[in-house]
Amino acid sequence: MNTEKNIKTLIVKKPLKLDCGKTIKDFPIAYETYGSLNSKKDNAILVFHALTGDQFVTGINPSTNKEGWWSYAVGPDKAIDTNKYFVICSNVIGGCMGSYGPSHKDPDQKIFGTNFPVITINDMVNAQYNLLDHFGIDKLFSITGGSMGGMQVLQFISNFPDKSKTVIPIATTSSHSAQNIAFNELGRQAITADSNWKDGNYTSNETNPGKGLAVARMAAHITYLSKKGLQEKFGRKLQEREDLKFGFDADFQIESYLRYQGSVFVDRFDANSYLYITRAMDYFDLAKQFNGNLSEAFKNTNAKFFIISFTSDWLYPTQENKDIVIALNSIGADVGFVEIESDKGHDSFLLDVPDFLSALKNFLDKSYEKN
Amino acid sequence: MKNEFQVIADLIEKDKKVLDVGCADGTLMKFLKNNKNINIRGLEISKERVQECIAKGLTVIEGNAEKDLKQFPDKSFDYVILSQTLQAFLNPELVLDELLRVGKKAIVTIPNFGYWKVRFHLLFKGTMPITKTLPDEWYNTPNLHMCTIKDFFHFVKSKDIKIFKSYALNNLNKSTINESNLGVKNLFADLGIFLIEK
Repeated sequence: MNTEKNIKTLIVKKPLKLDCGKTIKDFPIAYETYGSLNSKKDNAILVFHALTGDQFVTGINPSTNKEGWWSYAVGPDKAIDTNKYFVICSNVIGGCMGSYGPSHKDPDQKIFGTNFPVITINDMVNAQYNLLDHFGIDKLFSITGGSMGGMQVLQFISNFPDKSKTVIPIATTSSHSAQNIAFNELGRQAITADSNWKDGNYTSNETNPGKGLAVARMAAHITYLSKKGLQEKFGRKLQEREDLKFGFDADFQIESYLRYQGSVFVDRFDANSYLYITRAMDYFDLAKQFNGNLSEAFKNTNAKFFIISFTSDWLYPTQENKDIVIALNSIGADVGFVEIESDKGHDSFLLDVPDFLSALKNFLDKSYEKN
Repeated sequence: MKNEFQVIADLIEKDKKVLDVGCADGTLMKFLKNNKNINIRGLEISKERVQECIAKGLTVIEGNAEKDLKQFPDKSFDYVILSQTLQAFLNPELVLDELLRVGKKAIVTIPNFGYWKVRFHLLFKGTMPITKTLPDEWYNTPNLHMCTIKDFFHFVKSKDIKIFKSYALNNLNKSTINESNLGVKNLFADLGIFLIEK
């Protein structure tokens, strides 16, 4: 383990064969933990992060000096109570917060860039599985995550059916939709159209395609919100001006907000990682791995599932979450489902949505009581 | 707990797999789980009730019986319970068929519109009956297809559905319904409880 820049890293010695055919070994997985593992080692929860998340789930993220991405849900006395549970989260491979990714160097000490192998959700969870061995955990109490985190949850329990007692996929899908692939492609095109991208070799030139990455983030950010949420928060309010300026500055608050979101994002995220991770999401089709029958993905598990969607989430709409419920019901699995009322869009799972947080807490705590 | 729930619980053997359709706040589910070791699932349309079930540690799916029963395979539960809800569906016949497809047996309870107080209310007051089991006004009742014990009895017979047990409930009094006492039970019971199978 090295603790450089407050990043804990596990070096995985075991070779991992990737879906693309290549094999990686001696690669780093950067992780963080919260709370403590009890003596029975039965209180561990593996949290999977979404596209732009990282291992810093809660508390102050040492890299951004801001609150962790799931601070509303994870922490002492919160829905995922770190007084009670041992929370582990790692940066996905392909990412840019310490885990093996395109900004790392290849064996010839050259930065990978787009020579990094294309990775999949399956590769991500197979890599993260090594954390169980690292902590000597035979069975997790729960696995959870929203969005791409939810995809990893589904893939993990499919790959390792007896390795978690409970399973909580949130605002997710078992198969990335055409609309979502389209939005991801928009983001990738914005990055690769930036002249600083240089076929992914920008890092060595010490310039990066920040403009392209910011546009990618701005477009994606819109998809995380809802029309109603945007209208209520911004409406047509003007940004620090009395009237329209008849130019192309940010007249409207929503423009200014998006520009800000884009600019802070490029400070913490790598453009090539954005390409790799969105690609992994697009390739995700769990049913296809089982000849089109999603139920088959779950037929070997006795885990207790709890699936959560949000009314205003149009990126991973309720129906796509319900399809997972249906696949589980058709094999008699133990599955609960709730759609939470919220006008905060896909981002609802990251925000202070009391009905969501209490459902999550109640499900976990009641399931843990029965241990 | 309601006497109705006690009667339902008595119809179910230990260790069975049961689906409670329209499980509300999960009171019956919890009782069955704790007292009969039932592997229990609920289906409930109200978000608030679903949250209450989750808070009780129950497995519940937010959904609508008219749309969401179809996802369950044939005979995947030993019993499917439908308590005082059949009359609230747009298509009660379809729901009944689905209950009997999903469950090896079904337990259906119906508020009896033939109950003497209901008849009395309509006959003498001339307004839509309001009773303990039918507490809502005509304009805000969820009930679309009210029926009597006699109606339901004839309905299931006409569909070749087997009635294993049928009880008339009047407050704490439980009595068996059969072909010969149907008229009387239809007058004096405010609730009918039927254990059926197709």
